[in-house]
Parts: sequence; C-alpha cells; structure tokens
Amino acid sequence: MFPKPIEKQPRAAQITYQAMLPLALLLWLGPLLAVALFSVKPAADFTNANYWGLPSSFEGAFNYGQVFFNSDMPRYLLNSFMITIPTVIGAVALSCMTGFALGIYKFKSNLWIFFMFVAGNFVPFQILMVPVRDLTLELGLYNTKTGLVLFHIAFQTGFCTLFMRNFIRALPFELIEAARVEGISEIRIFWYVVLPLMKPAIAALSVLIFTFIWNDYFWAVVLTQGAESQPVTAGITSFNAQFRAAYQLMSAGSIVAALPPVAMFFLMQKHFIAGLTLGAVK
Amino acid sequence: MYSTFKRTTAALALGVAMAAPAAAELTGELRIFLDTSNPAPRATMEAMIERFAEQHPGLEIETTVIDREAYKTQIRNFLTADTPDIANWYAANRMKPYVEAGLFEDVSDLWAEPEIAENLASTKGAMTLDGKQWGVPYTYYQWGVYYRKDIFDELGLTEPTTWEEELSNCQKIVDSGRKCYTIGTRNYWTAGGWFDYLNMRTNGFDFHNQLANGEVSWEDDRVKQTFANWKQLLDMGAFPDDHTARSWQESLPLIVQGDAAAILLGNFAVAPLREAGLTDDKLDFYQFVAINPDVELAEDAPTDTFHIPANASNKEAAREFLRHVVSAEEQTEINNGANLGQLPVNAQSSVDNDKFLQQGFEMLSTNSPGGIAQFWDRDAPAEMAKVSMEGFQEFMVKPDELDRILAKIERARGRIYDN
Amino acid sequence: MTVAVDVPEQESWFHRNQQRIAPWLFLTPGLLFFSVYVIIPLFESINLSFYEWDGLGAAEYVGFRNYEDLYWEWVDRDAFYISLKNNLIWLVMYLLAIPAGLFIALFLNQTVWGIRLYKSLFFFPFVISQVVVGLVFTWFYDPTFGLLNEFLDLFGLGPLNVLGDERFVTYGIIFAGLWPQTAYCMILYLTGLNAVDPEQIEAGRLDGAKSWRMLWHIILPQLRPATFIAFVVTIIGALRSFDLISIMTQGGPFGSSRVLAYYMFEVALSEYGFRMGYGAAIAVILFLIMLCFIAYFLWSMYREEKGH
Repeated sequence: MFPKPIEKQPRAAQITYQAMLPLALLLWLGPLLAVALFSVKPAADFTNANYWGLPSSFEGAFNYGQVFFNSDMPRYLLNSFMITIPTVIGAVALSCMTGFALGIYKFKSNLWIFFMFVAGNFVPFQILMVPVRDLTLELGLYNTKTGLVLFHIAFQTGFCTLFMRNFIRALPFELIEAARVEGISEIRIFWYVVLPLMKPAIAALSVLIFTFIWNDYFWAVVLTQGAESQPVTAGITSFNAQFRAAYQLMSAGSIVAALPPVAMFFLMQKHFIAGLTLGAVK
Repeated sequence: MYSTFKRTTAALALGVAMAAPAAAELTGELRIFLDTSNPAPRATMEAMIERFAEQHPGLEIETTVIDREAYKTQIRNFLTADTPDIANWYAANRMKPYVEAGLFEDVSDLWAEPEIAENLASTKGAMTLDGKQWGVPYTYYQWGVYYRKDIFDELGLTEPTTWEEELSNCQKIVDSGRKCYTIGTRNYWTAGGWFDYLNMRTNGFDFHNQLANGEVSWEDDRVKQTFANWKQLLDMGAFPDDHTARSWQESLPLIVQGDAAAILLGNFAVAPLREAGLTDDKLDFYQFVAINPDVELAEDAPTDTFHIPANASNKEAAREFLRHVVSAEEQTEINNGANLGQLPVNAQSSVDNDKFLQQGFEMLSTNSPGGIAQFWDRDAPAEMAKVSMEGFQEFMVKPDELDRILAKIERARGRIYDN
Repeated sequence: MTVAVDVPEQESWFHRNQQRIAPWLFLTPGLLFFSVYVIIPLFESINLSFYEWDGLGAAEYVGFRNYEDLYWEWVDRDAFYISLKNNLIWLVMYLLAIPAGLFIALFLNQTVWGIRLYKSLFFFPFVISQVVVGLVFTWFYDPTFGLLNEFLDLFGLGPLNVLGDERFVTYGIIFAGLWPQTAYCMILYLTGLNAVDPEQIEAGRLDGAKSWRMLWHIILPQLRPATFIAFVVTIIGALRSFDLISIMTQGGPFGSSRVLAYYMFEVALSEYGFRMGYGAAIAVILFLIMLCFIAYFLWSMYREEKGH
C-alpha cells in the first residue's frame, strides 16, 4: 500500500493524521458549510450584518418551509425528476443495444461507428445549441420536458455507448459462442445471455447519468423557459430573482436543489464510483 | 416564476349573451404573456386583466407571468412558436428586431382612433418605427437622483442644479467618508443610465440620439467630453470601488446604511429603498444637474409597452385589450402608488399623490424641454447597447484607457450599423 | 439457462443472415437519435457559420465574413481574443485538478477508522450541480461578507473583489471549478491506488526508495490509466465551462471572464444577442480546438484496440 500505512508510523504521526483529517475536511467543505449555516439564519441576521456569528434564532424550519410551500421549487424538483428519470431509462436502453452491437459483432465499420459515438460525446455541446434549439422549436417541443429528454437521451448515448461497449467486450465471449452453437437467435442472446450480465454496468451508468442530467444547466436554459418545464438548476435562478438579497432563502433553495444527486450518491456509492472509475484500472 | 390562471365564465357568458347584442361580444381564448414577475406589479396586472374579463365574459383569458430577466431572452421564442395574443415589452429600438422580422402586429389603426390619438400623443414617437405604430404604452417612469436628505442636511448640502454645485457637493460627501453615488454595474445598464445623463447634459438630446443611431463617431471630441466629465467624478472617488461585483439591488444597502449619499436610478428604486426602512423624510429626489448651459435638459423616461404578436390568433380581442389598458381609468388605477407606482400614459389620467411620482411628473412635463429618451439599451440597437455598456463599465474601472475603450466601441459601430 | 431453442425446418433469409443484420438492428435506434441530435446539428452549425441570421428573419449567406470578424476581434484584442485567452487559462489551470486530486488521494489512502466516510465527504462536491457550486463560491468571494474576505481580514488584508476585478475573476471562477474537478480526480486515483501492485512497493521499499522517488518511479507509472482518464475529463470540462461563468459573472466585469462557450451563447441567445451565424462560427473554432484533443483520444484508443 502506498503511502506507507499510518499504523506503521510513529504514534505522533498517527495522532497528527487523525487530527488533520477532520480539519482538512472542514477546510474542504467550508464554502458549503457556510451556505448550510446561512440557510438556518433569520433574515434579521443579514440586515444586522451578522453573517458569520451563530444564528440569533434557528429559522431552518421557516426557511425551508418557504422554499417548499411558498415558491415554485417543488415544481422545479418535480420537473427535474420527470426529465432525469426518462432520460436515464432511454439512454441506458439505447446504449445497451449499441454497446451490444459494437462489442459483440465484427463488421467493417464497427470501429468507425464506435469512434463517432465517442467523438460526438467529446464535442463541446455548445456547438449544437442553435440547430438543436431550432429543431426543438420545429418539432413543437420547445419549452417541454419531452424536448429536453429527447436531446439528453441522444447526447448521452455517446458516453453510454462508450461505457457499455467496453464493458461488454470484457465479458467472456465463450458464453455467446456457446449460445450460438445451440442455435439461439441473436436477439435472445442479447436478452437472455448478455443483458443479465450487464446489470452492474446498468446500475453504475444509471446513477451516473442521473447525476449528469440532474445537474445540467446549459440545455435547460436553451430549451425551456417556464416553471412548467424547467428543471431545478434553471429554476434556482428564477427563485433567486424572486428572493434577491434574501440570502437565507437562496441558501436553503440551493441546498434543496443539490440534495437529490447527493442522496443518490450516498445511497448508491458503490455503483457510482464503479461507474466513474471504469477504465481507471487496467 | 410563472403562473397560469384560467377564467372560465361560460355560465356567465350565457346569461350576458341573451341580453347583449351578439356582434359586440368578444369570444374565444385570449392568451397574455407578462414579464411583471415581482409581487406588486404582478398583482396589479392580474387585477387589471380581471376587470377586462368582467367586461367581456365571453372571453377565456389565460395569463402567463414569466420571470422578468428570463422574459428578455424568451420573447424571441414565443413570438415564433406557441404565440400568445398579447405580450408586453419595451418601446423604441428595443422592439425593432421583432418589428423588422414581422413578428409584431401593426396597430396604427388603434392610434388613428381619437381616444388614443388625442390622449397618448406624447408617447406616439416611442411606439413608432417606419411611420407605423407597433403597440401601446402602459406605464413610464422618471429617472433621476434619489438621495439621503438626512445626510445632505448633516453636511449642510442643498439639491444641486449645476455641475459645479454637483462636484462641490460630492467633494464634501467624499470628505465625510462616504461615496456620493452607489451603483452596481454587474447589471451593465446602471452605467448606461449614467452615460445617458452625462451625454445628454454635455451634448444635448439630438446628439445623444445621433449617437444611438450610429450617426456619430465614438471617437468624436464631444463624446470624449462626456467621458471627461464622468472622469471628474471617478477621480474624486464618487463611486464605490466594488461596483463591478454588485447588481443594482446589491448596491442599495450602501445608501440604506448611509455609506453612500445618493443613487441615479429609475423610480423603481423607491419601493425597495422604502422597504429597507428609508422613510420619506430621509429619502428625496432631484433632477440630474445641468452640465452644459447651452443644451436643453432632456430626461430618461423608459416606457413599457403591450404588443400584439403577428402570429396571434385572437387579434380582435387583443385590440380591445389594448384599448382597455390605455383607457384613462385603467391608467390612473394601475399606475397609482399602491400598484405600479409609476406614471400613467393617458393625458386624462391623474398622477398619484406620492411625492416622487409628483416630482417626476412635474419634471417630465415642465422641465425636460430637450426631449425624452427611452433609455440607452432601448434607444441603441441591442448589440450596440451591449458593447457600449460593457465599455462604460470598463471606463469606470480604468478611466485612463478611454481611448482604447472608445476605439473598441467605434469598431462595433462600424460593424453593427453597416448591416 | 432455460431458453427455448427454435430450430426451424427451413432457415429463413433472416436467420441465415442474422449475424450480419443483428448489429444494425441494435444500432438503429441509437444511431438515429445520435444523428438527429448530434451529428447533423454539428454540420448544420458549421454551415450556419457562413450565414448571418438574427434567429427571426431570413438567413443571408456571407461567406467567411463571420470568421473575418473573429479575426479582427483577435487582432484588436476584443472579446474573441479575451475568450480564447481565457479558454487557454482554463485549460492549463484546470489541469491542476490532477495533481491536487492525486495529493488528496494519497492523503486519504489509509485504513484508519471512518476513512470511508471521509473519502465520501471529500468526493461529494463532484455530485453537486455547477449552478450551486457557482452560487456557493459567489458568496464565498463576496466583498462585503464573503468567507474569503473574512479570512483575509484576519491577516489585515483585503478586501479582495475577486469576481469584480478583471485580474482575478477568471482564476476565481476556475478555482471554484477545481473544487468538484479535484474531487473527481481524487476518486480516480483512489481507485487506481487500490490496484497498485503491493509486491512492487515492497520491492521498492527494500531497495530503500524514498517516498518521492517511489511515487515517481513505481506508483505513477501504474496509475497511468487513471491519469489518462483524469486528463480526458479535465480537458473536456475546461473547454465546456459555461455554467460557472453564467452563474458567477455572466462574463463580466466588462467581458473579462468570457470563454468561447459563454461568448457564443452571449452573441446568439442572450438578452442582447441576435447573431446566430456568428455564434456558430465561434462554436466551430471551439470545436476545432477540441478536435485536436478528440483526435488524440481516438488515436490512443485506436492503438489500444489494435494492441488487443
């Protein structure tokens, strides 16, 4: 193990390390803890310039109550879920198929198609902005959750294909050979042989895509405009316009907006990290 | 922020239809898009629409309120797709892209009606492009200096009227450890307001207009004189150092807490300043001082407007709605202090008793002989406004680099007006 | 496996050829989506960059005029020059996430009690949306009450107007961006460190290699795959930077924190922007820069494929 395990170091070093851990964490999360502190302060603390002292009264319940019952925030949250979940399902479904096709079959253009997906995934997506916006307008899907979902599925297919294809390539190919010898159709091989083996990849990818899409801001700004379709990342700016200079509410709103992917991460940590670090070890 | 409320009055409509002649009755759906997302204006608009609905029970009215800042970028989308029957916007050049693209309905016929022609004459110019009118105004407001009367009293200052008085006042304020003016240039347009006044006072309304229309070089000596005047204030330390990091709302605490003595802003500043605790004996208003005695005073008074999109489906009802908005009674009602707190556009309406509205109305109707400007980002083409206001902010930080900044704006002029 | 095996009497054309047809059947939906929303728009954008279009009326063909304008903006040190320069700063500074992530990973690669929770907490800034990160750091830098200035105040320094000063603003935003990006690199390295061959470490220790030499000669070579991925995602993140700038400064003060991605949004779709073709031309430039990296990534992947 590198660096040398701390247990094998002198006692003093061990104690220093144990003491430094929480300190480093405090420093690392400082800006975020500040926002958490803001979110439980009463409005009066800000007018009295008591920014960093203890809250003069604990107003967490009131502030978060405002966010949930006196703003469009619940709607934005709901929109985010209604955008994120279909995208996850769509992108994962499409890429299971494309990944299967590119990972199992040998045909001439295989590598080129694969590279097209990869290259498309790396494209600075801003270049797609104007045409995609026009396309969405033409389809009558501007300012709808559907319009946003369709684009996200398409764009994420690039990354997901890369992910799935590499995962499938690492599966034991003999299983498929054996199934073919038995005369099983290709579609059944996909459904009954390969798909069950892909469960960990599907889980990892789902968690990743959930976070990516939840946190998307750019496309939300380009393709949607009102509370009936905007996800929470875009909604938070309207929310902030409404409660400008009410730092306690903006802080509470930000924390609420950040919470779902954080919860997702802590619940599904294993899959999440497996997904992110696929390929980090060879 | 967004809301939708529908008013279905089918039952009521049935009752009225029996009594009223069918021809006069408006029917169908009327969709209205508004940017009045702040609580007070929003309630005002909704009440105004409600009164319209009561007069026309056969109409099914749907109102959509969009966040004010977001609205500015979204209007181009909803004018082409999913178009409402009514949308609000701003006057002058700010409506030009949509007029040129044929997205606003020509409503010159409304302006030919005596009721509107006679009572709205003063705002006709701001609504006219290519000799036609493209909408109606519903409110306007004055710009000027809102200042802390108690600080002025403490320092023994009086409202200035000349540039010399202005500078000597400011010097005393700076000496007392305060800033003369708070400003938040994170919103570039706040600097645009300063430019409007300094340039109109230095070179007059007509020159200012020529500049907005791209007819004069930005490297002209007259323009440089405007910036030289501005630089006098900058060199005194009249503005807060961190203005680039503040939005206009975030600049208000300085005047509330007494770290700055005044602010140049539109009348919409009054509501948040009052809310923050500045009572009328602490807060007062004066007209921006004269600089060049040879030019007539001219003022900024931005006008907010209603339009019918060319793709609207119920234009008959939309026209009736515009008549309703500009009528003398509605104008008095929606602009009063409890509602918008601004000035009515109809000459037959009465101005609220609020001291700032009274002063503003007085100023605009009697002491603005040079003319009325809309505002820099409404008078100049959108791109020009953007480039130049960025330059104004840069100048406020680096006044010594004026020549480079003006050269940059001049290059933009060469490109923008060519087309 | 209990799969019904169907052996038809006469093999249909489909069955005989299914190994050739099947991949295309599986590819069709994905390819369709990807073409309609990514590949075709990419070329449409390139095409649009030769037009002048306000997004409302008719588009007018102008040849290379948009690119000429960009060239003059470059010569005159205008917005395009500043955006490109900032993109370069982003590229270089953002790469600091890699050593920083490695450093934290080395710091946390222990087995003391509770270390798993520490690792999670160090990582989780990465899952927070950039919008929230932007807000958090805007307040962190606030000249009147920001934590940064409170801190500087302890040493009698400041106040520092980070986001309002053209000298600091880009670095201030990048620093905010480094926060989640470092977390990402950290997790890559933690995973990589787990897989480092313990025997080589022991061998190194027996040879008396000091920590630094050991890191450089034995550990880092084994972390190559992690470093490669960290490099790829960091470069992409740097060139795509938009959210933080939009939230924290909107390109200000006076346009000094713009990058290409934000500038193109600004000229095409923001409050005062109506130049779709010009925005497309900026996007094409950004794409060309990206293409160098894309080509490099694909080339390394290609080599690896052939190596298999």
